[in-house]
Order: sequence, then structure tokens, then C-alpha cells
Amino acid sequence: MPTTSIKEAIVTFGILVMQLFNGLSLFTILLLMALGLAIVFGLMGVINMAHGEIMAMGAYTTYLTASFFERHLPGLMDVYLFVAILLAFCVTFAFGYLLERGFIRWFYHRPLDTLLATWGLSLILQQTYRSVFGAQEVSVPLTAWLSGAWEPTESIQLPLNRIFIVALTILVTLGVWYILHKTRWGLRARAVTQNRAMSSAVGIDTNRVDALIFALGSGLAGIAGSVFTMVGSTNPGTGQLYIVDSFIVVVFGGVASLLGTAASSFLIAQMQTTLEYLMSGSMAKVAILLLVITVLYFRPNGLFASKVRT
Amino acid sequence: MSKISRRRFMQISGSLVAAGAIPGAGLLTKSSFAAEPIKLGLLHSLTGTIAIAEAALVEAEKMAIDEINAAGGVLGRMIDPVVADGASDWPTFAEKTKQLLQRDKVAAIVGCYTSASRKAVLPVLKQSKGLLYYPTYYEGQEEDKQVIYTSQEATQSVISAIEWMAKQQGKTFFLVGSDYIYPRTCNKIAKPTVARLGGKVVGEEYAPLGHTEFSSIINKIKAAKPDWIYSTVVGGSNVAFYKQLKAAGLDGGKQKLLSTVVSENEIDGIGKENAVGYYACMGYFQSIKSPENEKFVKAIKAKYGQDRVVGDPMECAYNSVYLWKMAVEKAKSFDVDKVVAASSGIQFNAPEGKVAIHKTNHHVSKKIRIGRARTDGQFDIVFESGVIEPNPFPKL
Amino acid sequence: MNLSAKQGEKFAHAGLALLLLGLLPLALGPYWLNLVGKYLAFSFVAVGIVLAWGYCGILSLGQGVFFGFGGYAMAMFLKLEASAPELPDFMVWSSVEQLPFWWEPYSSFGVTLASIFLVPIPVAFIFAYAIFRKRVSGVYFAIVTIALSMTLVVLNIGQQGETGGANGITDFSTLLGFDIIDDAGKKAIYWVEVALLLTATTLAALLLHSRFGKLLIAVRDREDRVRFSGFDTAMIKAFIFTVSAVLSSVGGAMFALQAGLVTPSLIGAVTSVELVIYAAVGGRLSVVGAVVGALLVGFTKSYLSEHYPETWLFFLGGMFIFVVWVLPNGLADLFRKILRVKT
Repeated sequence: MPTTSIKEAIVTFGILVMQLFNGLSLFTILLLMALGLAIVFGLMGVINMAHGEIMAMGAYTTYLTASFFERHLPGLMDVYLFVAILLAFCVTFAFGYLLERGFIRWFYHRPLDTLLATWGLSLILQQTYRSVFGAQEVSVPLTAWLSGAWEPTESIQLPLNRIFIVALTILVTLGVWYILHKTRWGLRARAVTQNRAMSSAVGIDTNRVDALIFALGSGLAGIAGSVFTMVGSTNPGTGQLYIVDSFIVVVFGGVASLLGTAASSFLIAQMQTTLEYLMSGSMAKVAILLLVITVLYFRPNGLFASKVRT
Repeated sequence: MSKISRRRFMQISGSLVAAGAIPGAGLLTKSSFAAEPIKLGLLHSLTGTIAIAEAALVEAEKMAIDEINAAGGVLGRMIDPVVADGASDWPTFAEKTKQLLQRDKVAAIVGCYTSASRKAVLPVLKQSKGLLYYPTYYEGQEEDKQVIYTSQEATQSVISAIEWMAKQQGKTFFLVGSDYIYPRTCNKIAKPTVARLGGKVVGEEYAPLGHTEFSSIINKIKAAKPDWIYSTVVGGSNVAFYKQLKAAGLDGGKQKLLSTVVSENEIDGIGKENAVGYYACMGYFQSIKSPENEKFVKAIKAKYGQDRVVGDPMECAYNSVYLWKMAVEKAKSFDVDKVVAASSGIQFNAPEGKVAIHKTNHHVSKKIRIGRARTDGQFDIVFESGVIEPNPFPKL
Repeated sequence: MNLSAKQGEKFAHAGLALLLLGLLPLALGPYWLNLVGKYLAFSFVAVGIVLAWGYCGILSLGQGVFFGFGGYAMAMFLKLEASAPELPDFMVWSSVEQLPFWWEPYSSFGVTLASIFLVPIPVAFIFAYAIFRKRVSGVYFAIVTIALSMTLVVLNIGQQGETGGANGITDFSTLLGFDIIDDAGKKAIYWVEVALLLTATTLAALLLHSRFGKLLIAVRDREDRVRFSGFDTAMIKAFIFTVSAVLSSVGGAMFALQAGLVTPSLIGAVTSVELVIYAAVGGRLSVVGAVVGALLVGFTKSYLSEHYPETWLFFLGGMFIFVVWVLPNGLADLFRKILRVKT
């Protein structure tokens, strides 16, 4: 029966294409998740354990925006997501700025203490979400034009919201790269993170730069949180789900290297989607974590370490 | 709050004793001491990962307590709820059980959600002679002297569900669950049932707890093309699973899926539009039409807001308080052994209809229903079983 | 009161012994004493963290791995005793028909005890030496250890037929026929635990006062200079990491006895971070401080969650921030200031 075998081949091909797309999609999700951390932790060396909770802040901002549109501007529900992403960025950016000025900056000379203090902060933020929004999950409605799938052929369905995430992540990543490498502010930011004393000596307001870098990293976390409402759940503990994975992505790629973060997201995403298809989810996760440990053993400073020995 | 008011009450009665010179005051305090409230422990995770599902149970329990108190209490005594936070951590559950039993001296505990937390609590119950009402559907395989299981165990829901699914057209099944004991046991019961009915299991997948990336599993489902997906994915993972199924084009219109864990409460988080058309198998649905249920739903909404929805575990939590009250009244005592003995055969007209505690095995006999999710997040009930006797140790 | 550092330390050790041997057992009822026993199990780990992190600069976020190992080893023995001659109940549910081979040794109490003390030694040493030789340090080491603990949690939960899965191992009540659930049993375990802990704190203090202790501080402050002086710093770091691993394992075993169960979360990242916080609250440069920190955080957690079940995390989070902000060297520092101990 040749027709059935051709049909089967088409199905198999379709699955293969969708798996490849899944890899790409997970890559962008991981990248978006890790981007903010790559800046805060990678450039500034601040271990912010409340980074996940800042993502959750972005998610809740999106939820509030959606509720507002549903109630007051139902006609504009199609565009609420853009407003929500922008708002999520602004809210978390502002929060990050204040957090750095009022809190983080007192701990610059003792990085491991930041870990502990921000852990305390993350507990407080989680409890705040729980008190304000309830312990249960909140549901964030998906914009109509993003639900459903694009079907180039009968056996291939590519979810529209994931295509959107891929596009957005590319935009955001390019934006961050542009800001850091092509603007005067980016130049100052890189100068400060590389040599604080010298930057200060040539007249850069290092305090202000610190605050803005941290705020940018937080804002990126806000965008990530906002976007993830499309694929995951929004609850007070949402941030905890992402934080450790984000750290692993950043460290695996090599701190202080955006390229490294991108490469490590790509590698981990491809491995995860392939392995999950071949074996059980738990074993796939174990395999990935073991790979990370092994790679860090052979390349202690990550895949793309800067060549300077410190 | 209740603690403060109780303290104030004690202060007032205390000062009345001091002012014993006032005629009649002695009499008054005597009667108020006779009516000293009886404590009932409510032990759930209010913080941590499981709080998503568990926090709402406390509300239903508190409401039952308020109703009972308004109607005169139990054996003439008001119920005073003592809330404890298990913090989604099993050793903490054991610690808090000890606190409730040994320090607060509660008469009974309504609590726990995950099996792991219940297992952690059992040795403490045994040691301190406590009594636990466990209000969540679970996998069975247990019959503890100190526990009354007030929701459906796995055979009650899984076998009914699979039998019903096999009666609809199509007999290939894909089993998806979170990686822990409840899904694995449910699937262990499901597989021989599917085989008995002439069906075929074409896939069985488990995602780590808390997993949010289901795209690979969804592709496996697409490759296997099952007639039915039987899902035991739990918690936040559910939200991701349903959203991603829909985005991949397998929404409730195109793919039949039945879950034994998604109640109205979960749909609240998943989003109504993502769950439309999928099935759930539960003992209780908010859409059940009966005077008892209408009264119950109305009371919940009046107390906790018009937006609130009620799911199966909430109703079972509510029932638990009443089942305890009825057993206490039958035993005419708060003594744990007597209450347990009196529990056998007790019947309660719950919002879901009559539930009865089994003569010997501490579980309840009840009806099982299958509902299909509507656009408003409620379920159309498409199947209702007869009363099913509990069978926690099935022979497969 | 003006005390020299040495006097102050002796004072602290004596105070700790008095507290654990006299005050707490006399003042507390069985409920609180059992809780103290549970917190003390964590304090073993905290002492290890003071040695490795406070004095040698190694921040491990994977101490839960060894804590979990000790806990599971003890729990496996207790479970086998509780279910003998049958298989443990969770194996029966998961259709495991024969005892997995790696459970076999744990039917003997002697082997169990030996493995709690000895197994972490080669495992921790080889792991740490390999990593430190590659000069992986600081945050990278923290991430490697956190990845390791996550790996083990996922593995553990996935193999529920052999490990008990997400439920962990529960429901055991006797140790060699001796009841460990009732108050007398708990009290006996408490004495054993305190004896072990005081031995550990004393040995730790002696170690820190030895020449090796000075070397540890030197490695922490200027590792390259120590290396240039001809020392194998990887060896020094691996050694102190191994010591802290053994302490964690012993703490885990005590936890299994005190709490009456073990669960995969003990191995996980959250437990590991919390353990570091215990040490930080007490004081990362004080062995006694670590024990007091574990006691204090544990007590605060229990007390607050009992009285404010809905909002206790606010207070706990606030306490961490306060301690780190105001008392970077923990409560031990506060005491030093109050007692005017010269540092």
C-alpha cells in the first residue's frame, strides 16, 4: 500500500519540522528568560535571586492590563498585548531602578550577600503577589489573532503565539545588542562594568549607569514574564520556576557574553526538545543538567568565556 | 481573628468571675464555659507551590464551620478553626500536625492535598491519636485507621472515566501525567481497564512536576493520533499543557481529552478559552442542579465574591466538616475512637448528592460525573454514574 | 566585659553546651524539644558551611545533596526495619518485586552508620578535587552544585519504585526495635544528636585554630599567593568541602530520625539555599553562631507560621534582609559587640 507509506512519511516529516520549530521556540523562550539575567548578573555580577519574581511582576502587569481592557476597552483587546508588554517593561524597569538605588547598591562589595538579601526579597514579593492576587493562578486571556496555529501544510501546525515569541525575542535581543554596543550610553555601561575606577575618573556617573543597567535587566525580565503568560501559568510562585534555569543558561554560556547566553540557550533548547522526544521528560532533564556540569568542568568559565583571566 | 475574639471572650468571662459579687454573673460564666469552643484544625499549604490548589480548600472549610456555628455548633459547642500552613513541604506538614494535635489539642483535622503530605502526616496521627479528614481525590492504596477519605479514590473515577470514554467512538488512548504517584497509579488502573474494553494504549508520557514545556509531548501525541488523551497532569503544568495543546491546534473541538484532576478551580487559571470542549471526571461540578448545590454555590459567592468558582476538592473539603460533625453527634463525643466508630455508614446530603462513609474502609461511596467544559468555564454534565462503592485496593 | 577573641570563643562554646544540655531540655516540653532536634539537624550543615564558606570561601548550594544522602541512608534502614519481611509499601505499589540491589546493604545498621559517615568522603573529595583543580570557583561552583542537586532531585522523583518518588520515604517508627516516635525515644535521639553536634563544633574549632585553619583563611583571601607558596590549594579546598559534606550527611541522618520522614525536597536547591542562610544569620565566621542561627531561623519559621499562617513569609524575608544588611557577619557579630570581644 504505497499511499499509506507516503502518508506516513508526510506525517513523520511534519513531526520533524514541528520538532525543529519547537527547538527554535524553546531557544527563544530560554533566551528571553536569560537575557535580563545576563545583563544583571553577567555584566554587573549581581546575583539577584528575586529576578524570577520580577518576571512574575511582568506577568501580573499583563494580567492587570488584560483585565482593564476586558472591562473598559473590549474593542481594543486585539492590541492589549502590545500595551501590556510595554507596561510590563516600564513597571519592572522602574522597580529595578528603585531596587538598585535603595537596596542592591549597598551590597556591591559583597556579592554573595546579595544572594541572601535578594532571596529574602523574593520571599516578600511572592507573599505580596499571594496577598494581592490570591494564591490561585490567574488566567491571562490570549489575543484572538495569536491563538491557533499556522498550517503551511496539512500535517504541520506551528503555534502562532510561539512564532510571535520568536519574532519578539529576536527584536529584543537586537535591541539590547544595539543599546550596549552602538549607543554612547552602552559604551559607558560597558566601561563601568569593565573598569569602574577608570570610568569614574573620566567623568562617568557610575552610580547612574549602575542603576540604569540594573533597571534594563529588570525591564527585560518584565518583558519575558509578560510574554510567558501565553505559554505558562501565572501564579505567585511562577518566578521560582524560571530562576534556576535562567542562571544555568547564563553560566553555561559564560558570564559577560551576550553571544554566550544566546549560544547556550540554543544548545540547551535543542537538546531538551530532542531528548524529550526520545526519552521521558525526567531523564531528558537529568541528561541536560549532567551536560551542563560536564561542560562547566571542562570549560570552568562557560562556553564563551572572555579570555581575560581574573 | 477568631483567636483575638476568643481571648477577649475569655477576658470578659474572666472579669465576670472576678466580679462574682454581681448576682447572676456566676451562672452566666458557668454556662459560657460549658460552651467553650471545640477546635478543628485546618491544615493546608497557604504558601509554596501547592498553595495554588490548596488555599481555596480552607475557604470552603471555614464556610462550613460558619454555617454549623450559626446553626448552634456541634453538641452545643462552637467550632473554632485553627489554621496551619503546611507550606508545600512534607516535613512541615508533619510538624504542623504535631502542633495541632499536641499543643492546640484539636478534636480533628481537615487537611492535606497531595498524597505526599498525607503520607507525612500518618505517623503523627498514629502517635497522637489524631483524626484526619482528607478531602482530595487520590490514588487509593491506603486505608488508615486515623483517616477518613472524603473524595473519590482512583478506581472510582478512573474506571468510570475509561469505561465512559470507551463507549464513545474510538478506543485508542494516550496517557499523559505528571511524574509522581497519582498519575502513575491512575494509569496503572487505566491500562488493564482499557485492555478489558478492547481498547489500546498508544502512548504513555510523564512530565516532571512543574514542567511548562509540553511541545515535545504534544508532537508525540500528534504522531500517535489517539482518539482520547487521558490526562493526569497537575498544578501549574496543567496551564501550560492546555495552552500549548490549543496553540498546537489540538483544542477541545478537534481532540478529545479527559482529565481526572482539572476542576472548575483549575480552569480559572488555565483560562476558559483554553479548556473549552475538554472533559473532566469528578464527583462534583458547580453546574449540578439541586437545591443543596444551589444553596452551597450561592453561599460561597456571597462570602468570597461573585467571581469565585467552586471545584470538586472545595466541595469535598466542605463535606468533610459536615461528615465530622455528624459523626461527632452520632457518637455524642469528640473522642477520636468513638468518632471513627460512629463514622461508619454516615450519610450526608452534600451539594453533589448523597455521600456515605463506607462501613469498613473509611472511604466514601458517591456518584461520579463527567463534564465537558463550556465557554464560561463551567461544565455540561454529560454522564452521571450510579453510586460507586469505594475500593482502595483494587485487584487488577 | 572585655574579652579576648579566644576567651570569647570559649565562652560561646560553653554557652552552647549549657543551652543544649541544660536549658533547652529543662525548659521545653516534648513538642518544642522535638522541633529543636529538627533544627539542630540543619545546624550540622550550617557548621560545615561556616568551615567551607566562611573560612575557605567555597559557597556550595548543593549541601542538600549530602544532607539528603544521610537522610535517605538512615530512612532506608528504618523503612526496611519497619516493613520487614515484606518489601517497603511504595515498592509494592510500583510493582517492584525485588529489593533493588543498592538497598541491600541498608538492612544492616552497622553498614548504614558506616555509609552515612564514609560514603560522602570519596564522593565529595573526588568531585571537589576535580572541580577545584580546574579552578572552578565562586559563582560557577555554586551553579555546578545547584545543578547537581537539581539533577538528583529529578532522578529521585522519577524512580519512584525504588526511591519513594515525590512522597519520599515515610512511616517508620522503630530503630533496632526501639521506639523513636514517642517522647522518650525522641529525647534519647536528642541526647545523641547534641553529643554529636558538640563533638562536631569542638573539632571544627580545633581545626580552625590549627595551622591548617590559618591556611584556609589564606586560601580564602589570596588563593594565588598560597598556590605560589607551593601548596596544593585544590587539595585544601577539597578537604574542607569533604568535611562539610560529612557533617551534612550526619545532619541528614539526624533529620530522618527527628522528623520521621525524608523527601526529595531535602536534596533540592531551596533547602540548600536555606541552609546557607541559616549559617549567614548565625554568623559565617562563627561555628557556634551557625548552630544558633539554625536554631533561631527554625524557631522563627515555626513560630511565625503558627501565628501568622497567611503572612509569615513577609517577616521571614524581612529578617533575612535585615540580618544581611545590618549584621553582615550575623548574630555572632552582634554578640561579639555586646560582649566587647576583641576581634
